[in-house]
Amino acid sequence: MDVTFQFDWQAAFASIPHLLTGIPYTLLISFGGLAIGFIIGIVFGLLRISPLSWLRWPAVAYIEIFRGTPVLVQVLFIFYGLPQLLGGPINALVAGIAAIAVNSGAYISEIVRGGVQSIERGQREAGLSLGLSRRQTFRYIIWPQAFRRMIPPLGNQGIISIKDTSLFSVIGVGELVRQGQVYIATTFNALEVYLMVAMLYLVITLSLSVALRFLERKGLVGQ
Amino acid sequence: MNQETSTSGGEPIVRLDKVNKHFGSLHVLKDIDLEVTPGEVVVIIGASGSGKSTLIRCINGLEEFQQGSLEVDGKPLLPHGKATKALQKIRTEVGMVFQQFNLFPHLSVLDNVTLAPMKVRGWSRADATEIAERLLERVDISDQAAKYPGQLSGGQQQRVALARALAMEPRLMLFDEPTSALDPEMIGEVLDAMRELANEGMTMMIVTHEMGFAREVADRVIYIHKGEIAEEGPPETIFDSPREEATRNFLARVLKH
Repeated sequence: MDVTFQFDWQAAFASIPHLLTGIPYTLLISFGGLAIGFIIGIVFGLLRISPLSWLRWPAVAYIEIFRGTPVLVQVLFIFYGLPQLLGGPINALVAGIAAIAVNSGAYISEIVRGGVQSIERGQREAGLSLGLSRRQTFRYIIWPQAFRRMIPPLGNQGIISIKDTSLFSVIGVGELVRQGQVYIATTFNALEVYLMVAMLYLVITLSLSVALRFLERKGLVGQ
Repeated sequence: MNQETSTSGGEPIVRLDKVNKHFGSLHVLKDIDLEVTPGEVVVIIGASGSGKSTLIRCINGLEEFQQGSLEVDGKPLLPHGKATKALQKIRTEVGMVFQQFNLFPHLSVLDNVTLAPMKVRGWSRADATEIAERLLERVDISDQAAKYPGQLSGGQQQRVALARALAMEPRLMLFDEPTSALDPEMIGEVLDAMRELANEGMTMMIVTHEMGFAREVADRVIYIHKGEIAEEGPPETIFDSPREEATRNFLARVLKH
């Protein structure tokens, strides 16, 4: 390396407008995937604690498979593998969202299970003893308390999934890292541009952290 | 074991006939025969692990039993804990106060009390609130209605739990060691509220270690020993001249200190 190398701030800032075009994709894949993953997580997390083994078993299988394989392999499988089965190409954006959905869904299932199981047995008994149905007991008593306890691990998962989307540059979806690579290909400012890419991820994840901390504080009222 | 003592008349509200419960290889309740008539206050005493809590938890279906028959208000509870609509109906008529209060920490005191009347009975918020305020007044805690359970003392929480159960206008109240988790200085306020309820004629089944209270409010005391009703009778008989060796030994242990 040339010892006289100067960090080129101008080049760094100049790359930002281009990098920003990747942000909508990053956000769409992250939050679209996480939204679907949250729904998957609620369904499979609750199936996971069902007293009926034929409901529990598929949930266990799903969780173990998608938690135990890399998200990169999952997205490659969806983008390159599934079209061979389906007989038609899959949009890269859709593949990315699907990969985050099934991957975060597996982790969120465990978060949901942990949250629900952390509620003391006496809460359920108190609900039932008042004549509430099992469904009502869950809806009005167990779930609101469990959800509050789920917020910190959900935030964690959100941050992990946002960062995971950076892997999806490999399927050519125009997210943040991909935009960085495209830009560097013409300007060769790898140092400056990747630093800016990293900072933009940090801006997204820090915003999420702050929002969650606010939500948590609000949720703590009454505990 | 005898079946003598009913201090007030009428059809029994609780009827257990040869109820047996097993926890795996453990025989927790053995051939329990028991009838409770409306207005009666039955206190159940016994060593920990004797099955006394299990017994009252069977009556609202929080524990299942395996053999025998159990009726509440003429409606049968099925063995093996089949969760039926009938069971839910029974639970609306049977209130319960727990050792650990089990208030809902995410709801205000008022909402703790109004939840079940609104969701189960279908009352409007206004109606439920009116009843709840009256009940909170009655257990002397109306100034705390907007607070959350975590902001209250143990004694206050247990009184809220009592109001919450009463809001469903139950015909029978079950108490599972209601003062065992309380600091000593708070036991009195909970027992006072229970005493008042007994005086109003509520049918009550109480598991407790408060022998002074038992003697004072009970119409009948039941001593449970190793899952069996070892002796039952009016409090004077049980406390002053128990017939059974096991009862005498138990009372000697708990009344000594």
